[in-house]
Amino acid sequence: MDNSKAIFLKEATVNAADGVQRAFISKALGGYYTNRDLQKARYRDWERARDAASMAKWSAVNDLANVLEKFVNNFERNGGVVHWARDAAEARDIILKIAENAKAKAIVKSKCMTSEEIHLNDALEKAGFGVVESDLGEFIQQLRGEAPYHFVFPCMHVKREAISELFTKHLGTAPTDSPEELTMIARRHLRQLYVDADIGITGANFLVAETGQISITENEGNARLTAALPRIHIALSGIEKVVNELDDLSVLLPMLATAGAGQPMTCYNTLYSGPRKKGECDGPEEFHIVLLDNARTRLLADPEQRDALHCIRCGACLNVCPIFKNIGGLAYGTTYQGPIGSVITPHLRGLKQWNHLSGASSLCGACTDACPVRIDLHHHLLHNRRNAAKESPTLFDRVFHNGFNFVIKRPWLFATGGRIFRATLPLLQKLPLPYMGAWMKTRDLPKAPAQSFRDQWKHDHV
Amino acid sequence: MSDARTDIFARIREALKVKAPKPHLKAQTSSPKTSVAAKPWLPDGGETAEDSLLILAEQLAKLKAVLIRVPDHASAAKAFAELATTKSWKKVAYHGHELTRPLAATLTCEAWEADASFDKQKLEGSDAGLTTCESIVAQLGSILVSSRSSGGRALSVLPHVHVVIAEASQVVPDLGAALALVKARHGTDMPSMLSFITGPSRTGDIERILVLGAHGPKELFLILVG
Amino acid sequence: MVCTRRFCAKLVRVSLFVPCFVDQLTPKVGLATAKVLKRLGHDVEFRSAQTCCGQPSFNSGQWGVAREAAIRALGVFRGAEAVVGPSGSCVAMMRNFYPELLKGTPHAAEADDLAARTFEFSEFLVKKLGVTDVGAKFAKKVTYHDGCHALRELRLKEEPRQLLRAVKGLELIESEEGESCCGFGGLFSAKFPMISTAMVQVKGGALARTGADFVVSSDPSCLLQIGGWLSREGKPILPLHIAEVLANDA
Repeated sequence: MDNSKAIFLKEATVNAADGVQRAFISKALGGYYTNRDLQKARYRDWERARDAASMAKWSAVNDLANVLEKFVNNFERNGGVVHWARDAAEARDIILKIAENAKAKAIVKSKCMTSEEIHLNDALEKAGFGVVESDLGEFIQQLRGEAPYHFVFPCMHVKREAISELFTKHLGTAPTDSPEELTMIARRHLRQLYVDADIGITGANFLVAETGQISITENEGNARLTAALPRIHIALSGIEKVVNELDDLSVLLPMLATAGAGQPMTCYNTLYSGPRKKGECDGPEEFHIVLLDNARTRLLADPEQRDALHCIRCGACLNVCPIFKNIGGLAYGTTYQGPIGSVITPHLRGLKQWNHLSGASSLCGACTDACPVRIDLHHHLLHNRRNAAKESPTLFDRVFHNGFNFVIKRPWLFATGGRIFRATLPLLQKLPLPYMGAWMKTRDLPKAPAQSFRDQWKHDHV
Repeated sequence: MSDARTDIFARIREALKVKAPKPHLKAQTSSPKTSVAAKPWLPDGGETAEDSLLILAEQLAKLKAVLIRVPDHASAAKAFAELATTKSWKKVAYHGHELTRPLAATLTCEAWEADASFDKQKLEGSDAGLTTCESIVAQLGSILVSSRSSGGRALSVLPHVHVVIAEASQVVPDLGAALALVKARHGTDMPSMLSFITGPSRTGDIERILVLGAHGPKELFLILVG
Repeated sequence: MVCTRRFCAKLVRVSLFVPCFVDQLTPKVGLATAKVLKRLGHDVEFRSAQTCCGQPSFNSGQWGVAREAAIRALGVFRGAEAVVGPSGSCVAMMRNFYPELLKGTPHAAEADDLAARTFEFSEFLVKKLGVTDVGAKFAKKVTYHDGCHALRELRLKEEPRQLLRAVKGLELIESEEGESCCGFGGLFSAKFPMISTAMVQVKGGALARTGADFVVSSDPSCLLQIGGWLSREGKPILPLHIAEVLANDA
């Protein structure tokens, strides 16, 4: 068994059996559902707003070369520097080089999942650069030495007592059970870091081709500070984040906030065009953007699943996913958790190693309904399963399904097989059979009837 | 070896040779302009200026931002001075502008014009930042500040309190209108930063419990004249 | 048979689509479906060449096998006026996934045609026949479970509830976790039993808390999962298919 699958099964088994932790996650999401529904109700037609949002992304992604080119030209015209990275290693090298040239002493980062994807912090630390995450959740996860649990709510699984202990250990603060006081501890600790840092690293939620601006969505103000005070601002973004027009944000920004966090808008939605301009009193002297492919073009080359590149990383699909809620975000072992992660990780990191995530779904479709940009998420899990079966079929599946096919093609054999199955069911239930045993561990089966439907129908109608 | 840019564009062009179907839409959208097409489906921003002001007040209250409506500039200055006294501010930074200067002048505590002599350490030590804004979005309760209207990038986010002085005529119904106004006003010479501020800074990172003032201002006041 | 006005909709010759596990494990669901349709005056047939719709293979990525099953089903139901199945999941397979499976093949047109003739049981009654009161009596408290395929693939939510509300004596109670998945997911329930079990704990717990006597659904596969767990946990609430409720007229 592949390592990633073995780890997934182990983690998922442990977490799914942890009723206390599951209830904690469920409770944490309770407020989100209420707020989301309140905000959605303010939309005069949420479904048609979804149409507009999905078309804004569709039209950019399906014309990516032109739209990206336009963005880059305008970004450069605004005084920014564009860097291109085919993969994670190239992106890391580019950022390290900027840091080396700047002789950076301190780097402050705001939340950026793309940087998690390329393991940027490890690379910076190995090269001797101190880097601090400024988003509260990311800061907590950095102190814990753990990957984000949820790509929007990074530490939603951590209880306040654990955070208090963590702060006591690393920051020497007095224990407290107040979320407010804990937040203020982080606030006080990070403030001077913004002032002292040479480089600020952020992500980007949207790249606006029309104006060459990047748009960053956040709630805490840490991205604002990261892009305001350090001398150099580096933004790291996937190439798919581009949109055609500034106007597209009139739909995308509110929907991102409502779908992802149950807010009308997140607290700060900021557009940056270039470094500090003439006549401006602050802001960075240099503004770099690193545009990352890292297998996104592989997903782009699959027209069936190309819409997965519409993703605006709102996290709505995670918030409604019963798999996510029951196994937790860390079990996935991926940068992007939940349904969107299960869809794209096989493309980004290999189908053979990551197809188990597509299998680990009841295909309930709650994710697809929640997606503000109409990504056909749960059907893509089916597409991944199909592609995996074609690429590297497992022997068990082949034997099982071909055998099943042999039976269902022959109604007489199906009827006979069914009769034997029903007759032996009490015995089968006791045997440690693959599937049957797994079922019987937690669930009963109905008592098998003496006659099948077809038997009774024949009896009644002849 | 070709460079990364060339390679990535080649990959994109190759990938897009096969067309992808459109998403499963509820209905086809016809208008080419997103904000125009989507306007009737998004949250209401009001048809008249009066409607918009009502919606704005409601949104700001929900966001825990404080709206202070005053009839004229003299009352604005008075309200600001009262705020400074009530909150015992010792140091206030402000953006140099004809709307802000009369307000700053009424203060008894230290007031300094942040964009005239920018000092980030001093800004960090300031209790409040006073700025103007580009526009105010009724639909969402968002205040659009920019590096031009608000004394650069940090003034509106680093001090513990942010106060915005604006005129009622700056209220626009929705986000689409605010973005259109930005384009009309700045064209290809955009301020290097434009930020929609929607309520005081907040986080829900600890157990999804709302806490105000994560890194940015804990309090946000909008003094609206007229 | 008494023929009141409400029973005299346009008469249809219905071809029953009985899911394979209903055939073998819960035949009473199939019989109840036929009973209700006959009571409304419709002609009901069962074509015994049918077996399985191919969904287990489809969901496992074995689309070649599923395609064969789909082509077989096209033959089985060729010429049927209306194909009606007491399972949202199996009907979704025919309605939504056969056309996808057979797109670009010589069978595409017939797949689209079968999709248009195939109905989930409650959908058929309410949307096709325009009937909500089928003359059933059932003096019990019931809660309804939306199967995900019925809810999200077929977009049926009100139809089964309309039918249940018209049943004499029946009290319908909505549960928390109303739209949550029960965790069945076909082979998923056995391939990832720990996740599937966690899901049915959430769902089954919410259903049991309603205090209803029965959990009713239009999907017998969900009922297999929910019922199996409720039985193992000894919860005093029993699974029942909506056809069985509607068939009850005594």
